[in-house]
Amino acid sequence: MNNNKDHIYSILQEVCDPEVPVLTILDLGIVRDIQFHEEEVEIIITPTYSGCPAMDAISVDIKLKLIEQGFKKVKVSYVLSPAWTTDWMSEEGKKKLQAYGIAPPQKITNNTRLHKMLFEEEGHIECPQCHSLNTKMLSQFGSTACKALYQCNDCKEPFDYFKCH
Amino acid sequence: MPHTKNALSFTLHLADTALILAQRNGEWCAHGPILEQDIAITNITLDLIGQARNFYQYAARLHEANENAVTEDSLAYLRTEGQFKNLLICELPNGDWAQTILRQFFFSTFQMLLFEKMKQSNNTQWVAIAEKSIKETHYHVKWSSEWVIRLGDGTTESHDRITKALDTLWMYTGEFFIPASYEMIEVTALKNEWMNKVKEVFDEATLTIPENVFMQTGGKNGVHTENLGFVLTELQYLQRVFPGAEW
Repeated sequence: MNNNKDHIYSILQEVCDPEVPVLTILDLGIVRDIQFHEEEVEIIITPTYSGCPAMDAISVDIKLKLIEQGFKKVKVSYVLSPAWTTDWMSEEGKKKLQAYGIAPPQKITNNTRLHKMLFEEEGHIECPQCHSLNTKMLSQFGSTACKALYQCNDCKEPFDYFKCH
Repeated sequence: MPHTKNALSFTLHLADTALILAQRNGEWCAHGPILEQDIAITNITLDLIGQARNFYQYAARLHEANENAVTEDSLAYLRTEGQFKNLLICELPNGDWAQTILRQFFFSTFQMLLFEKMKQSNNTQWVAIAEKSIKETHYHVKWSSEWVIRLGDGTTESHDRITKALDTLWMYTGEFFIPASYEMIEVTALKNEWMNKVKEVFDEATLTIPENVFMQTGGKNGVHTENLGFVLTELQYLQRVFPGAEW
């Protein structure tokens, strides 16, 4: 067993989010720690949303990939705290999302009010197709819990926005 | 140890409440009034199932010392009505869209205040679940508040329907703030803020808070309306007919 974290991270780089397959779990920022026990390697991950149905599939994928690479005993455990935020997504991941047609989450700054007023939407979301900022929200909830549905007022394309969280 | 026993009962109450509301909301899947809102209510449902799982997993751990056979699944699928501690409002039938929306609004507004308070508890697992869940609950409050306003201040038809929903649901809101003996968060103290938040949205929605209504209780202690049996029959069917079945 190669007890080297970098080696394990390079293997985890091949595990993708089954619902947004352009993103690896490292791009998403859900791998929180790697620990070595006597004969076992433990990968600690955190869910994006409480009910994220991808967690079980991700956990199986992690085990398969590591076993393929010669690890005999692999354990995947979950941790809830600290709660995942879109700020843990890698810059590379955000670029991949955009190229895939999903507007990436905006960076959360001190000025970001995560909790919008009633009927207020997150503004200045760039259309991943024509890059216009003239877009509007169609629905706060999109095809998965982590996304909202937007539409571009210029090219008229509807698109998913990975919302700030 | 009474402390552990209370912690277990309270954790189950939180889990059951989230699960039963999720099961009810899930009935809207593919029946929502428009596609986007069908997706919205089922997304909220998914968050609630996730919360329920987190609480059930913790409850199973609290059990472990004496009963190894207890798992998150056995807690959800193999307990009967009298053992469920969910709030009564969660087990009521969905009614129309107005009734579903208004229940979500009452519930999520309460849940947000409860989780805020829970974040200050000295139980690290509750704190972790509350911190995780509250980020989702904010979306639920915003979405349901906006819909209450749309329906209340909308057409004569939508206003009538949400007024009728209010008549049906209001008597189940008192239970939020009447503590059970095991409850480890002071829920009574959340009432004023909840009323203020409801009033704020009701003013916009041209709705009036009813007065002098008798409040129903019992859910927290396993005394339910007849509805819960029907909900559990559907929820638990597979495990009852094929015990131990797995995907």
